[in-house]
Amino acid sequence: MIIKQLSVFLENKAGRLTEVTEALAFAGINISAFSVADTADYGILRLIVNKPEETEKILKDKGFSVHITNVIGLIVPHEPGGLHRALKILSNEGIDVEYMYAFALSNNATVIIRTEAVEKAISVLEQHKMELIKASDIYEI
Amino acid sequence: MIWNEFIECMDRERLVKLQSERLAVMIHRLYFNVPFYRRLFQERGIEPGDIKSVEQLKDLPFTTKQDLRDNYPFGLFAVPKSEVIRVHASSGTTGKPTVVGYTRRDIDLWSEVIARTLTAAGGGNTDVLHIAYGYGLFTGGLGIHYGAEKIGATVIPISGGNTQRQLQLMQDFGSTILACTPSYALYLAEAMSEAGMTADSFKLKVGVFGAEPWTEEMRREIENKLKIKAIDIYGLSEVIGPGVASECMQQNGLHVFEDHFIPEIIDPQTLEVLPEGQTGELVFTCITKEALPLLRYRTRDLTTLTTEKCACGRTIVRMQKCLGRSDDMLIIRGVNVFPSQIETILLEMRETKPYYLLIVDRVNNLDVLEVWVEVEGEFFSDEIKKLEGLKKKIQHNIESALGISANVKLVEPKTIERSEGKSKRVIDKRKLR
Repeated sequence: MIIKQLSVFLENKAGRLTEVTEALAFAGINISAFSVADTADYGILRLIVNKPEETEKILKDKGFSVHITNVIGLIVPHEPGGLHRALKILSNEGIDVEYMYAFALSNNATVIIRTEAVEKAISVLEQHKMELIKASDIYEI
Repeated sequence: MIWNEFIECMDRERLVKLQSERLAVMIHRLYFNVPFYRRLFQERGIEPGDIKSVEQLKDLPFTTKQDLRDNYPFGLFAVPKSEVIRVHASSGTTGKPTVVGYTRRDIDLWSEVIARTLTAAGGGNTDVLHIAYGYGLFTGGLGIHYGAEKIGATVIPISGGNTQRQLQLMQDFGSTILACTPSYALYLAEAMSEAGMTADSFKLKVGVFGAEPWTEEMRREIENKLKIKAIDIYGLSEVIGPGVASECMQQNGLHVFEDHFIPEIIDPQTLEVLPEGQTGELVFTCITKEALPLLRYRTRDLTTLTTEKCACGRTIVRMQKCLGRSDDMLIIRGVNVFPSQIETILLEMRETKPYYLLIVDRVNNLDVLEVWVEVEGEFFSDEIKKLEGLKKKIQHNIESALGISANVKLVEPKTIERSEGKSKRVIDKRKLR
């Protein structure tokens, strides 16, 4: 259930993001989901791709600082309170969410969640019958 | 091992006598062969026969880099051109290049002091010496070269550039000693790990590094990464080039080859000679060189001297590892800052690498210091709060050590130029205006 997410350090410079997307397009890497966290002078691009290890190497060879981070993909039905139930479970267990981002997938939404306690979060969410996306499924979107 | 035990371990009283004799002869040569010095002596009423001892050195005039520029290119040479067999020159980034010359005996003398340097670093005739200092007008490459041949080492005169090939040949030839600038040594280490090579697949045992100031923290970094002993060597082209002073395996100060180059420490403001042990500007007088013997040349380098006998047995005076060049000193909001101090702070933090760039500017009449630090390896966290935390920690450490606030900017790996020669660590935009 652990999904390998790539995090890339990017300076706020024109064209820097395009260099990442170009490298991935050239290598035939598909991006399933992404988000960008930004500050005044740099940002962190977070990516879910079909071949994380290969992509890490491609970007490192291009001189980027790249890091693989373990995250969880939670499937949330499109109905009020769907996300709330999942987050409540985590907060009741004292699990801190560092950041999260969502993307739509057929009839449901998928929320990528980053926490220090990945294993624990997976087990409590599963105990509460929450649906998590498998790594193999998200890589193949 | 000691190359020239007779001189390097000489009783101090006898050494001072030798220096005095040589100085007296040198003053005659300067008076009769160099119009620039004759005029200085005449202005001060000094007759060549007046100077008999090193004690009197303090009464003699100084020579500065500006004097060399004013007499560009050969005006301070003390021999006819027919005697000069080699010329070297500095890069001249801030004006005309500084030109230096050598007679055949000067080249022999240079080989002698480099032989002492390499021997002090544990080198001998079974070593393979990889010389990655630039060959050409820069004194680094050719300077080390002749001394390395003198001790009978196998010399690889590869010069600078083409890092991949450098690594390949170092590995294939089984090089045991690496000679280059400390910043290039680090660059080689970095390139080594990027190429998937490990230090264990090399035969390197020692490095002789010089031509720029470097910190103890940088030494540890190089020693750990290349698995070698890193020896600091010191020199400047105006005095001879590399070979003015060198550490021994004790790594406890650099032995100055004072039978050829007499060192003094002066207060750079009052120009008074400071007592042993005090920090000040290093000054050299060449007492044996023929082509360009400079009198009390101000190096701008800051250090201290000690005549205490070294554990290695050498009795010649030792200078402490250079703290920095007074030219490199930045004055930021009235505070004296050496780039090496920032380097120390960064290297003391486990997460950062020794690549940094200081950018000083003046905004609204106030000096601002920006420190660029590369985000790489352990430093890179996926979380902004950790990156920001590290940034604050660097800022805090700089402020508590130097008393000035700095703006730390996180940049991508390889943003800061990797140098194959002397590295550029400061951009002072205040000077560009």
